[in-house]
Amino acid sequence: MIEVKNLHKSFDGKKILEDISAQFLSGKVNQIIGQSGSGKTVLMKSIIGLFRPEEGQVLYDGRNLVDMSGREVKRLRQEVGMLFQGSALFDSLTVLGNVMFPLEMFAKMTRKEMEERAKFCLTRVNLMPEKFGLYPGEISGGMQKRVAIARAIALNPKYLFCDEPNSGLDPVTSLVIDKLIEEITEEYNITTIVNTHDMNSIMETGAHIILIEKGHKAWEGSKDDIFTSDNKSLNDFVFASDLFKNVRKAVNNK
Amino acid sequence: MLKSFFKEVGEYCLLMRKTFSRPDNWRMVLKQVPTEMVKLGVDSVGIILIISVFMGVIMTMQVVLNTENPMLPRYTTGLMLRDTYLLEFSSTIMCLLLAGKVGSNIASEIGSMRVSEQIDAMEIMGVNSANYLILPKVLGLVLFMPVLVTFCVALGLLGGAGVAQFTDLITMSDYIYGIQYAFIPFYFTQGVIKSLFFGFIISSVSSFYGYYAYGGALAVGRASTHAVVNSSVIMLLADVVLTKIMLT
Ligand SMILES: Nc1ncnc2c1ncn2[C@@H]1O[C@H](COP(=O)(O)OP(=O)(O)OP(=O)(O)O)[C@@H](O)[C@H]1O
Ligand SMILES: [Mg+2]
Repeated sequence: MIEVKNLHKSFDGKKILEDISAQFLSGKVNQIIGQSGSGKTVLMKSIIGLFRPEEGQVLYDGRNLVDMSGREVKRLRQEVGMLFQGSALFDSLTVLGNVMFPLEMFAKMTRKEMEERAKFCLTRVNLMPEKFGLYPGEISGGMQKRVAIARAIALNPKYLFCDEPNSGLDPVTSLVIDKLIEEITEEYNITTIVNTHDMNSIMETGAHIILIEKGHKAWEGSKDDIFTSDNKSLNDFVFASDLFKNVRKAVNNK
Repeated sequence: MLKSFFKEVGEYCLLMRKTFSRPDNWRMVLKQVPTEMVKLGVDSVGIILIISVFMGVIMTMQVVLNTENPMLPRYTTGLMLRDTYLLEFSSTIMCLLLAGKVGSNIASEIGSMRVSEQIDAMEIMGVNSANYLILPKVLGLVLFMPVLVTFCVALGLLGGAGVAQFTDLITMSDYIYGIQYAFIPFYFTQGVIKSLFFGFIISSVSSFYGYYAYGGALAVGRASTHAVVNSSVIMLLADVVLTKIMLT
């Protein structure tokens, strides 16, 4: 479980996040949702430690990241996997090489064991073995995302971060990726935090949702609460389109 | 202006400290050194070959044609060519050339890894990205510098020999006598020592600009320009200092 307590973050005196407190549960897909520019990415990067918050605590199962030493942060990082918005695969390595990379760096295994582990992860994300030898530039965006997931789970992380995992993907592929993240989260009891503004993902996999509005936490709940909640910020965000307004009417009249 | 200069110097020093800290995994870092040596050093041999030979030819002709003074002994040409190559051309001029080729290559490679979040991905894994990416490049280039210097001197002298062989501007025996006359071996050592410093400057300064290239493809282009210009200027400043130290 990751717990954020009274987190504040500003850039050049401009407040981006103000007094955010939230819990992210293990074995569940926790989503951070909100409009563009509301501070989702900044929140996620503050939780991982790429940004240093001015105030507040980030507790990884009780261990506070904010006052850890450099070495402790490094050790914690080996329990963390992250899926970047643009996949961020290493161009100079093959698909297999990308998944092997964290293993070669940190795992105390023989080469054969590493290869087996990497292949297992790639198979787990449903990638065909004939793609293992290709370079990231030679596979499609959806496959790149899958390889990135395989790389993120190679070292058996306890915490998984995904920044907009389905940006740039078609609705079908998005759903596949979302489901994959959900399955892996539940299977390995990972604390997963997903950053999204895609309504499909929210309705499909949002087990625990935190809505950020202009740097404040505006709502917290699960996908099942969305249609019944009367929180104004949530309604403004979710029911911006007529389609969802009609869906809500249909659901509530049933 | 001055403030941003000091800020850059500070950031550079911090990056170097991170680069030269103990690797997470020695094998992974060392494994890349030969690759980088080929990419940065061996692949530059072609351009260095062309420039060294042609400059050798041109300088020989210039010296012969422009110093038609009966007071000067005939071996002057060979002597001048040799000392120019040993003292400056093989290190400074060749490295300015390398700054253009290798510097822009390094800066754009690391810069594009920065903007596509590959460096962040490494950091999240707990990998010291500066150490993993920069150290092999610095080691690869610096270790290969002596080879390039030797190669450059040899080819320049060969160019001069070509002039002696194929024209009647200078006889081969005068030329050979010239390039052997009053040879000071330390001049060669000096060229090599300078080139080691220059190799370090090119690889580390270019890596620095690539590493801090924030903001898309434009930033990568800007980084590689800065890498070439600034590593050239820093190299020339270093040249003044090193020459002063070593020749006096
Ligand atoms: N490194 C930075 N320096 C200064 N300001 C920043 C920085 N990163 C983000 N910001 C500012 O923080 C605010 C929130 O940005 P953030 O990237 O978190 O938005 P977001 O919710 O992730 O939006 P999107 O959905 O478009 O990705 C923006 O106003 C942005 O300008
Ligand atoms: Mg974002």
